[in-house]
Amino acid sequence: MDKLLTPEFWQMGGYALYVWGSYGATVLVFAWNLIAPYLKRRELLARPTQDLRS
Amino acid sequence: MTFWTWLKSLTSPPIFFVLAQRCGFWFGLISVPLLAYGLIGGLLLAPPDYQQGEGYRIIYVHVPAAWMSLFIYSLMALAGGIALIWRIKVWECLLTAAAPIGASFTALALVTGMLWGKPMWGAYWVWDARLTSELVLLFLYLGVIVLHQSIADARAAARACALLAMVGFVNVPIVHYSVEWWNTLHQGSILPKLGKPTLDRSMLTPLLVMLLGFQSFFGYALLRRVQNELLVRGEIQRG
Amino acid sequence: MSAVKAIFLRELRLAARSRADLAQPVFFYAMVSLLFPLGIAPHSGSLTLFVPAILWMGALLAALLGLERLFRGDLEDGSLEQMFLAPTPVSFLVLSKLLAAWLVLGLPLALLSPVLALLLGLSFSAAVVVMLGLVLGSLSLFFLGGFSSALLAGLPRAGVLLPLLVLPLVSPVLIFGAGAARAAISGGSVEAPLYFLAAIAVLCICLIPPAAAAALRNAFE
Repeated sequence: MDKLLTPEFWQMGGYALYVWGSYGATVLVFAWNLIAPYLKRRELLARPTQDLRS
Repeated sequence: MTFWTWLKSLTSPPIFFVLAQRCGFWFGLISVPLLAYGLIGGLLLAPPDYQQGEGYRIIYVHVPAAWMSLFIYSLMALAGGIALIWRIKVWECLLTAAAPIGASFTALALVTGMLWGKPMWGAYWVWDARLTSELVLLFLYLGVIVLHQSIADARAAARACALLAMVGFVNVPIVHYSVEWWNTLHQGSILPKLGKPTLDRSMLTPLLVMLLGFQSFFGYALLRRVQNELLVRGEIQRG
Repeated sequence: MSAVKAIFLRELRLAARSRADLAQPVFFYAMVSLLFPLGIAPHSGSLTLFVPAILWMGALLAALLGLERLFRGDLEDGSLEQMFLAPTPVSFLVLSKLLAAWLVLGLPLALLSPVLALLLGLSFSAAVVVMLGLVLGSLSLFFLGGFSSALLAGLPRAGVLLPLLVLPLVSPVLIFGAGAARAAISGGSVEAPLYFLAAIAVLCICLIPPAAAAALRNAFE
C-alpha cells in the first residue's frame, strides 16, 4: 500500500498520461453507466403513468 | 412449478422487473470486489513488462472493454433473434438496453487503445483490420441506438433494431479474427484455444478478475436499463 | 414466379418513365469525382493515391441518393400492401425489386467508373479493375442499402439516417473495392479483393432479401 505514496507509481515509468488517461476514461464510462439509468429512473417515476413514452 | 414454467414466467414483464431488481443488486455488489481486486492486482501487484514497462497496465482496462464490446453485441444480436422469432417483450427490452452500454464500452476500447498505441506504436490510430472493424462496431451500435429513437412505436422500433443488430453481427467474428486473418499491427490473442496463454500468470489473473468485474457491472447496468425500458413502455403498473 | 417477373418489369418500366431521376445519381457521381482533384495540389502526384477512394466513395454516395426513395413510393401508393398479399414469398419480390434497382441505378455507376478512372489518371488496366470491382460492389451496396432503406421505409425524414445505417454495413465492400483498385495501380494481386467482393455480393443476394422483407413488413404494420 505504501507503493501508492511513491512518485514512481504515479508517474507509471513516464507513461502517466496514457495509463491514467485510460483509467480515467474507464471511470467516466462506468460513472455514466451508473448515473444515466438512475437519472432516467427518477425522471420516469416522477411523471404520471400515461405520458411515459416521450 | 417446473424449471421451464419458471423460465417462461420470466418473460412476463412484472415478474422480470422484480427479478431484475434483485439480480441487478447482486451483480452490482459482486462487481465491486472484483473490480477492486483487478485494479489492485493490475496497478500494484503485477510486475512491470520487460518491453513496455509500466505502460502495459492499460491492458487491464483495454482488454476487458474490448471483450465487452463484442460480448454485448453478440447478446444484442441474440436478443434480436429471440425477439423477432418469439416476439417476447422482455427480450426486446434487453436488446434496446444493451445498445448504449455496448457503445460506451466500444468507445472505451477505442480510446484506451489509442492511448496505448501512441506511446507503443507512435501513432494514436492506424487503419489496420482490428481497429477499423472495432470502429465499424461502434457505428453499428450507434445505428441501432439512433434507429430505435427514430421509430415511434416501441415494438416496431425493437423489431427494426433486431434486424439491424442481426445483419451487423457479421462484424463480430471479423473483429475477433482480424488479428489472425490479416497482417495487423495489433497484438494477437492472449488466450489461444490450443496452447498456453501468452501472458504470465501474475499478469493474467488480475486481467481475468477485471474481466469478470466488467461482466458483473454490465449485468447490473443492463438490468437497470431494462427496467427503465419496461417502465417507458408502460408494461409495469406503478403503484 | 410471374409475380417476381412482374415486379422486375414494373421497376424497369417506372424507371424508363422518369429518366431524369435515373440520371441524377450518375451526374452526381461524375461531378463529385471530377471535382475532387480541385482540392488536391496540382502535379503533386498525390491524386493517384486518392483515386480509388474517390471513385468508391462517390459511387456509394450516388447510390445512397437513389436508395432513399426505394420503398417510400410503394409504401405510399399501396403497392407494398399488394406485395404482402401476393402468394409469392415477399423475399423473392424484394429480391426482384433490389435487382431491378441495381440494374437501373447501380450498374450505370459501375459502367461510368472506368471513364472517370481514366480521366483521373489511372491506367487502362486499373480502370478495368475499378469497373469490375464496382459491378460487384454496387450489387452489395444496393442490397445492403436496400435493407437499410427498408428499415426506414415508414419514416418521413429518414434522409440523414440512411448513411449512418449503410456505412458500417458496407465498409467491407469499400475496403476490398478500394484495395483492389490500389493493387491494380501498384501492380499487386487484384484477384483476392475481387473474389471477396464477389463472395460478399453472393451472400447479400442470398441473405438480404428475407431480412429486407421482414424490415418492410415491420415498417408497414
